[in-house]
Amino acid sequence: MSEYRPSALRGLLALTGRELKKWAKEPIILLMAILQPIIWMGLLGKAMNINAIFSASSLSNVNVPDISIPEYGITIPGWVIKQKLMDAFNSIGASVMQNVFGVTDYFSYMSVGMISMIVMFTTMFSGMSMVWDRRLGFLDKVLSTPVSRGAIIFSKVLNAALRSMFQATIILALAVAFGLKVSPTFNPLNLFGVYAAIFLLSVGLSSLFLALALRSTRHETQMAVVNLINMPLMFASNVFFPTSMMPEWLRAIASVNPVSYLTDAIRQLTILPLDVSVLVMDFAYLGVFAAVLFAAGITLSWKYLTR
Amino acid sequence: MGKDVIEVEGLTKVFNKGFVAVDHVSFSVKEGEVFGFLGPNGAGKTTTVNMLITVLKPTEGRASVLGYDVVKQASMVRKVIGVVPQEYTADEDLTGYENIILCADLYGIPREVSKKRALELLELVELTRFKDKRVETYSGGMRRRLELACGLINTPKVLFLDEPTLGLDVQTRAAIWDYIKRLKREYGMTLFMTTHYLEEADALCDRIAIIDHGRIIAIGSPKELKEGLGGDIITISIKEDVDVSELIRSVDNVKDVRREGGSYRIKAESGEVTAPIIIETLRRKGYTVTRLSLTEPTLNDVYLEYTGKSMRDAEESREAFVAHRMTLRRARSK
Repeated sequence: MSEYRPSALRGLLALTGRELKKWAKEPIILLMAILQPIIWMGLLGKAMNINAIFSASSLSNVNVPDISIPEYGITIPGWVIKQKLMDAFNSIGASVMQNVFGVTDYFSYMSVGMISMIVMFTTMFSGMSMVWDRRLGFLDKVLSTPVSRGAIIFSKVLNAALRSMFQATIILALAVAFGLKVSPTFNPLNLFGVYAAIFLLSVGLSSLFLALALRSTRHETQMAVVNLINMPLMFASNVFFPTSMMPEWLRAIASVNPVSYLTDAIRQLTILPLDVSVLVMDFAYLGVFAAVLFAAGITLSWKYLTR
Repeated sequence: MGKDVIEVEGLTKVFNKGFVAVDHVSFSVKEGEVFGFLGPNGAGKTTTVNMLITVLKPTEGRASVLGYDVVKQASMVRKVIGVVPQEYTADEDLTGYENIILCADLYGIPREVSKKRALELLELVELTRFKDKRVETYSGGMRRRLELACGLINTPKVLFLDEPTLGLDVQTRAAIWDYIKRLKREYGMTLFMTTHYLEEADALCDRIAIIDHGRIIAIGSPKELKEGLGGDIITISIKEDVDVSELIRSVDNVKDVRREGGSYRIKAESGEVTAPIIIETLRRKGYTVTRLSLTEPTLNDVYLEYTGKSMRDAEESREAFVAHRMTLRRARSK
């Protein structure tokens, strides 16, 4: 009836509520989504124990013979030398870890990367849900109501962002339980920064995937796009390894990859000694990325949702 | 019957690859009437509806609903219409009640109004008992009824129903027919429906447009369309072996008489009135009518007359239909 004024906010909340309700009704989806980073954390973070490689325990079966220096009439027992060597190796190892990863344990480093990974996977499926809504006719029905076209896109973006933030919380809590070490500069208020960074990347990435899905009716196409993009996005970034160790061409890709900036921002806020200038840079990049893609997504939705 | 509620002029939709789905269609729907679009699958019915409900942009021509242009004032159109789509569009993961409330929210109806209204509509479509069950547990008929309830949530002035009984069993179909009749009778709602069931168009619609290959080939009330064929067919036989063609032709309303073997095939207007007169005329002259049959032309005859093929023949198999729809959807999205 014309006396009701459908506001954009009302429609946005209704559609976002629908997505979240669907999500809450299928806890298995949440479980599957967080299982993957947990597996990575176990396999790569714990099993591939990089700090153990660079610690003295990897020298334990080296046999150092006694050294005698007849000129002075002394004999240095092998175990003393070995002890000295191990001490030296430990400090070299710690320094290598510190210089490469910024922290002395790899688990802390990569488990923060897992937060980026879950944001990536969650946002990728927003495009997929758009395709399903179109295929199942739900989108056509929504389009025949006076709800703002922008609200349709925005609700998917918001849903992806909220889901990412919720899942990231679980991952972060699990990482702490499994031994993530926060830096001395960490302050509980930093968590707001973490959420803000996650929000920005989620908005950017889900807008991108939604824009790709706007006119698509085939979920296979979306699957192919997601599969094609997710590996490079994850590995051409600092999620698992620092970009400083990468060859030039890969570092160039990683330096424009927004995932690198999210990962770095969260590391700055949690495990690294905070460097404010770097953090500001990270946020600036994420902010621009989110703003540009979101604007593009909304504009395209106005243009292309009605065929 | 008052003013025109839907006005369509030269409406055309050409999809990519040059497929003309709707070809310069013009018609108007009056206030309070049930207007039917009848045609085989793929004739352009759904495409026309989608243009009227502003989901699809016309390539050419113009259309307005309640005076609002479907392109320029699309958001005004969306506010005043209700849509019951051909597919089941409710969200399967939500309950019936949640789905209706979601629809209400999209129309911006305040919750205090929509909660009450949702319950009323669930009562109307007899889903009250299942309102808190997930839609995925609903049968086809229940889903269709839910779609109907969703389509009515904003108390629309015009309701669009796209194939409202497609794939339903006879009982459920009858129930849907009842709802449609009630909407017209009790609320005076204007209804625009598409169907490829002749009986449905005949039983429900005040006026019908027969559409084939994107063109309207005939338009009128079911009665007019049938009478347009030249009336009913009366077949009689008499005991006497004499040609009485001329005598029969002298009866009012008789259009045509043909003697076929021992019987006469008579085309006459209002056959049920004319047949007794013919018998009486023959009896007065001393002839004895031994057999009589009266057939009213069906919409199928009308369809046959205009397209040269039977409606049933024109229908594709269900698989072909689905395949066709899929291609259409893809074509549209390009």
